[in-house]
Amino acid sequence: MNVLVPLPFALPLLGAAFALIVRRRDTLLRIVAPLVVTGVVAAAGALVAAVARDGVIAVQLGGWAAPLGITLVADRLSTLLVTVSAVVLLAIMVHGVGEGVGGLGEHEPGVFYPAYLTLTAGVCLLFLAGDLFNLFVAFEVMLASSYVLLTLSPSRERVQAGMTYTAVSLTSSILFLTAIGLTYAATGTVNLADLSTRTAELPAGTRTALAMLFLVVFGIKSAIVPMHLWLPDSYPAALTQITAVFAALLTKAAVYSLIRVETLLFPRDALSWPMLGLAALTLLVGTLGALTHDDVHRVLSFTLVGHIGYMLFGLSLFTVAGLTGAILYLVHHIIVQATLFLVSDLMQGLTGEISLTRLRGLAAVSPFVSVLFFIPALSVSGVPPTSGFIAKLALFQAGVGSGSVAAYAVTGVAVLASLLTLMAMSRVWALAFWRTPAELPERPHDAAAQGGIRVMRTVTAAMVCVGLLIPAFAGPLTDWSHRAATELLNPAPYVQAVLGER
Amino acid sequence: MTGPTVTLMAAVAVLFATGFHLMLQRSLVRIVVGFMLLGHGANLALLLAGGPSGAPPLLGGKDDREMADPLPQAMALTAIVITFGVTAFLLALAYRSRLLTGEDEVQDDVEDRRICAEERADPDTWTGDPVEGNQEPSRRDEPGGGESGGSEPGERPPGERPPGGGG
Repeated sequence: MNVLVPLPFALPLLGAAFALIVRRRDTLLRIVAPLVVTGVVAAAGALVAAVARDGVIAVQLGGWAAPLGITLVADRLSTLLVTVSAVVLLAIMVHGVGEGVGGLGEHEPGVFYPAYLTLTAGVCLLFLAGDLFNLFVAFEVMLASSYVLLTLSPSRERVQAGMTYTAVSLTSSILFLTAIGLTYAATGTVNLADLSTRTAELPAGTRTALAMLFLVVFGIKSAIVPMHLWLPDSYPAALTQITAVFAALLTKAAVYSLIRVETLLFPRDALSWPMLGLAALTLLVGTLGALTHDDVHRVLSFTLVGHIGYMLFGLSLFTVAGLTGAILYLVHHIIVQATLFLVSDLMQGLTGEISLTRLRGLAAVSPFVSVLFFIPALSVSGVPPTSGFIAKLALFQAGVGSGSVAAYAVTGVAVLASLLTLMAMSRVWALAFWRTPAELPERPHDAAAQGGIRVMRTVTAAMVCVGLLIPAFAGPLTDWSHRAATELLNPAPYVQAVLGER
Repeated sequence: MTGPTVTLMAAVAVLFATGFHLMLQRSLVRIVVGFMLLGHGANLALLLAGGPSGAPPLLGGKDDREMADPLPQAMALTAIVITFGVTAFLLALAYRSRLLTGEDEVQDDVEDRRICAEERADPDTWTGDPVEGNQEPSRRDEPGGGESGGSEPGERPPGERPPGGGG
């Protein structure tokens, strides 16, 4: 059972090493890499079952005792996120395989697959890490491979975006490292469970300074306004399926870290004013930004920034209901954001365009793609009965139930942001899917390309269906999220699993 | 004991200040150097977090002094390896950027420029660059029209290869 915990990141790391060895054999890469990610999905599923049975599982790598060694912890929140991420990573990997087999992709398989598998390993390690330094290493593994993926088949625009992205990410990483050093200087440990018992003894000033530093670190990484400026400039430049991975997972991994650190290290009884303010600002700036842009990828990137505000709002309430909403929103948003970018890849494949002024008449050109866009677009705007509605409803209930005037106000902002998202999505729909179709460019007609397009369409349709599974299984999922939120606010079982009986 | 520690703290402060200053520049090389300085500052801060120096942390040693804390040293070593690798990548990226754009500067974002340009009601009164920082008006249309030749062939480095040629 304990072997299961390291598997989600050990498997893809070994896979990446193997992929590097056989990097010149494209067919072998295209068979092995999806198999490895399928293995990760299976391991994550088994981990969910194990956690449901036994509660929090902690593993000390190498057998070194808890506060000193490398600790991995699987609890309800981390296993849920590992599973959802693994499913999304698998879908996008298969999409990439379809694109490659069809000869439609620009990426070089010998670079794409090892980097992608390393990214998978980084994401899984990040969710399972039990100490701050390991979290930092996981971020670096994830980001280092993302630098490579962003600049795949480097054009002038991509290198420019890559430079912005790399410089900003590295700045936040350096701040993270400094925060770890300061935490160690103040408490003498970096183990999260150990820290949760020691931060309470710190002077209030030190605690606040550390909490603020961590908020800035993860705020940059998760693109919370006003630290979001790098995201809409860099993500749209990458290949579309890479943008899908980034939008789905990288910012959400930072939100997860923020939730983990704020609840374990700096627990509080009342809501957090700075976070509440930032959440409102993020919601407004992100969704308003989505209304001004012309490039579909930028519209979606700004929606992504805006919707980080929902998760921050749930966290800032510091109640079980708020955290339940934040966790549900994390799951919903990982899936829906990946789906939207995959659909925009299909739109780009049909027309060769991503500009809203030049995209037109897609509903007549391909009703299938229109449906694929329509469902996640409704979901991200929170129209019932989609997954976005479930997650937003949980958040709004938490905001209204908290009984504070500030929380009421931000709930109002959240409703407004939801309407603004609907407006942005309607704008995309009206401009790109309605109007008279334009002349379409010549599409490749050979059998391989047709097969590749079929794979890409199937994957996107499957992702839309996964998104529809959330409202279908809303009961068990909400129950699981509720328990995960309870664990977050009452970390005694977590601490006991890591440090043992004291 | 306080002497060296205060000196190290001052060194961390100077490294952070110069590092951030350089990161805010437009030149890519300065950004890379700024990142290196920041990395050194953070690693030094990690070492400082371990407290005063002491005996080597080996069991059964003959040194009677109190042992130094090995954990921050291990973390600093890991962080050095990471910053080293990433610096190499940054340098490669800066070099590739120089090859592709012909200059060692961060360019303005194309979409930002478009929106800035839209805000100007009358294009005829628009004389300067929409975004401050790019001084010469002749470089205004560059990001849009790559075919016009972003740079003179003469100002490229001698070892230039076509984009994508660097294995």
